[in-house]
Amino acid sequence: MFTYILRRILYSLPILLGVNVLTFALFFLVNSPDQMAQVQLGGKHISAEAVTQWKVERGYDKPLFINNDPDSDGLLTDTVFFEKSLKLFVFDFGKSDEGRVIAQDISQRMWPSLAVQIPTFIIGIIVNISFALIVVMFRASLFEVGAMIFCIVVFSISAVFYIIGGQFMFGKLWHLVPVSGYLHGIEAVKFLILPVIIGVLSGIGGGTRLYRAIFTEEINRDYVRTARAKGVSELSVLFKHLLPNAMIPILTGIVVVIPTLFMGSLLMESFFGIPGLGSYTLDAIQAQDFAVVRSMVFIGSVLYIIGLILTDISYTLVDPRVRLSS
Amino acid sequence: MKFTMLYSDGLLFVLIAAIFWMIKTIRTNPQTAKKWRYVFQTRVGCGSFIIIAFYLLIAILDSIHYRQALVQAPASPVSTEIHYSSEVKSVLDFILTDVKANVETTYSAPFALYSFAKENQTDSQGRVYRDYARLKYAGSHIVDPTNQTNDILVRSAIALGQGLIISLLVVGLINFLLKRKLNQTTSYLPLVTIYCTLSLLIVLNTWAIQLGGVYHIFGTDKVGTDVFYQAVKAIRTGVLIGTLATILTLPLAIGLGISAGYFKGLVDDVVQYVYTTLNSIPGILLIAASILLIDVYIETHQADFNLTIERADFKFLSLCLILGLTSWTGLCRLLRAETLKISQLDYVQAAHAFGVPHRKVIGRHILPNVTHIILIALVLDFSAFVLAESVLSYIGVGVDASMNSWGNMINAARSELSRDPTVWWSVTAAFSLMFVLVLAANLFADEVRDAFDPRIVKAGIFGIKRKQAQEI
Repeated sequence: MFTYILRRILYSLPILLGVNVLTFALFFLVNSPDQMAQVQLGGKHISAEAVTQWKVERGYDKPLFINNDPDSDGLLTDTVFFEKSLKLFVFDFGKSDEGRVIAQDISQRMWPSLAVQIPTFIIGIIVNISFALIVVMFRASLFEVGAMIFCIVVFSISAVFYIIGGQFMFGKLWHLVPVSGYLHGIEAVKFLILPVIIGVLSGIGGGTRLYRAIFTEEINRDYVRTARAKGVSELSVLFKHLLPNAMIPILTGIVVVIPTLFMGSLLMESFFGIPGLGSYTLDAIQAQDFAVVRSMVFIGSVLYIIGLILTDISYTLVDPRVRLSS
Repeated sequence: MKFTMLYSDGLLFVLIAAIFWMIKTIRTNPQTAKKWRYVFQTRVGCGSFIIIAFYLLIAILDSIHYRQALVQAPASPVSTEIHYSSEVKSVLDFILTDVKANVETTYSAPFALYSFAKENQTDSQGRVYRDYARLKYAGSHIVDPTNQTNDILVRSAIALGQGLIISLLVVGLINFLLKRKLNQTTSYLPLVTIYCTLSLLIVLNTWAIQLGGVYHIFGTDKVGTDVFYQAVKAIRTGVLIGTLATILTLPLAIGLGISAGYFKGLVDDVVQYVYTTLNSIPGILLIAASILLIDVYIETHQADFNLTIERADFKFLSLCLILGLTSWTGLCRLLRAETLKISQLDYVQAAHAFGVPHRKVIGRHILPNVTHIILIALVLDFSAFVLAESVLSYIGVGVDASMNSWGNMINAARSELSRDPTVWWSVTAAFSLMFVLVLAANLFADEVRDAFDPRIVKAGIFGIKRKQAQEI
């Protein structure tokens, strides 16, 4: 097990390097630091000195890959690629283009993100799986047809609509919850209710359809028939026999998402004014602060790879047949 | 008049030609034809297909662009050279000329006679007062405002009558044509559903055109443009982004997926590495970063784009390309797994033993056996991309702001909804048109999956009904 995990971690290094090179190419080769400086400083008529000063302040004035200058600290280390890209591997994010320390921003902003994402995720899964099991229980009935029409309708509505509609109805018309904003500590709850409800609701359609497909595939298996023949009640069949056996395909979709919850939700956070990592990224995109975007891309990839490894480990927990060979 | 072809127009027409070519080849293949018949014998499949086809028709009408010749000023020296207007119009603009021309000064509610905000006005004695002004175009034929309800009802009744007459003619024509053809080939079609959907569409359209000429049926936006016109123009953006981005995912997904599964070894390793790397980057960030780059490119190459519409078109195509390049990994993985399975089967082994070249093995034995996966992914991606456009435009990395799109309308709605009284019509129009398209696409995708996926016994929402039909 340990060697397996170690091997997976080693295997993930080239992937992270690939991500790094790709983002580096996107941000520095296609888009030269000069152009970045121009966009940041605004407008076209900017003196060359201002551009140079902007680059020096942020360390973009160095050569991209190889520094041939004999006075420099190192041939390969004193370059933009090393400073801005490779240092991400040790989670040294440096400063944003506005001069703020990125690591500090992230550690502050991760809590509001998690406060929205974790309840949405857990409640969402419970609701989706229970709903799918109920649909499977009443299979081949009008209830199933109705439920599936409901799912496909919910699935076809844009996520933005749920947010706008929810804010309008609960916040503006009925004044049940504040429209947007955030407070730290226990008072955050009243700001979180609406985003969580909307997050769960907008996920019901797709989630239920997926789980229902998984369950319908299992329901025709022999062990289900055996359980029924023994006289086990239908509810017990569904929750005690069917659910554990359907765990593998369910986990494949779920576990990989867990680490990326950390990244926050771009849409939710910006609509509800929650100061999390999602809105942080969005602000950076809109302000063209590439240092922040680069860091978030890297963190996102690391979290995704952690999710993949966790998925493999979780298989061994739910299915005794799976062994991780080293 | 001079026809102008934007790049996206050209691509759309190529796409339609490809669809017709596909239909032609499918008809010669009895097995695929049977599966498609399976899709079209369901009421949901047929109805949703007609709605999608209708959206596609509007997109086509909106993709035939032309520039009008300018009328020469009489005083100017006579020259043979004809100058063209810088405004590029489409056939759809021509159909909706009235609706487009009726530009008010600012917001107005659907069917409103008065503007949304108070304006300074002068009465007959020259005094200035502030009140809701009568709109310039909407309902200008009405003398007494209290009669408006009557007027709307009368016009609706006329539109309904016209619509019914037209749909009767259309339905009659189709019925006549179908009956004349071989009875057997068409008897499986749910004719009642087809006729009902068609009639509904025709009636709705005549109603919209009838009343759209004299009222703003979805109100007007901030600068007084008709919202109905905007929402209809946005159809082209939505349909094109769905189709083009989906098509652009195919070459990479099919090429890399099949070769990874077929050749295995080093090729497989490289392909797996590439898609894991791409997958691990948060999709929306990758798209945003790429769009920012396109923005910078457009800014530094402004000389290449003569017209605003050309610039918007370039950005739009880049968006489709980026969406395609970042979304092929899912299908690629599915194809790789399926190809791995198929290439172990006896007939592929036999082909190898006979010395059939790889190219032919892939073309003859592998590709036809994975088409169902490609097809299902194709229809599922379509609706996903239409929805993605609205989210991307909201984030600010979507289509150009000068382009009509549902995302841009929804984006504008954020400030509109916080007004008092609320400006709700713009966002409602965008959402309802988008919802109808996405719902139709999803329903159609479900039926296609039902018919083509060999694993699924019955998963479509009307799976039960079909099973009964099969037994009969």
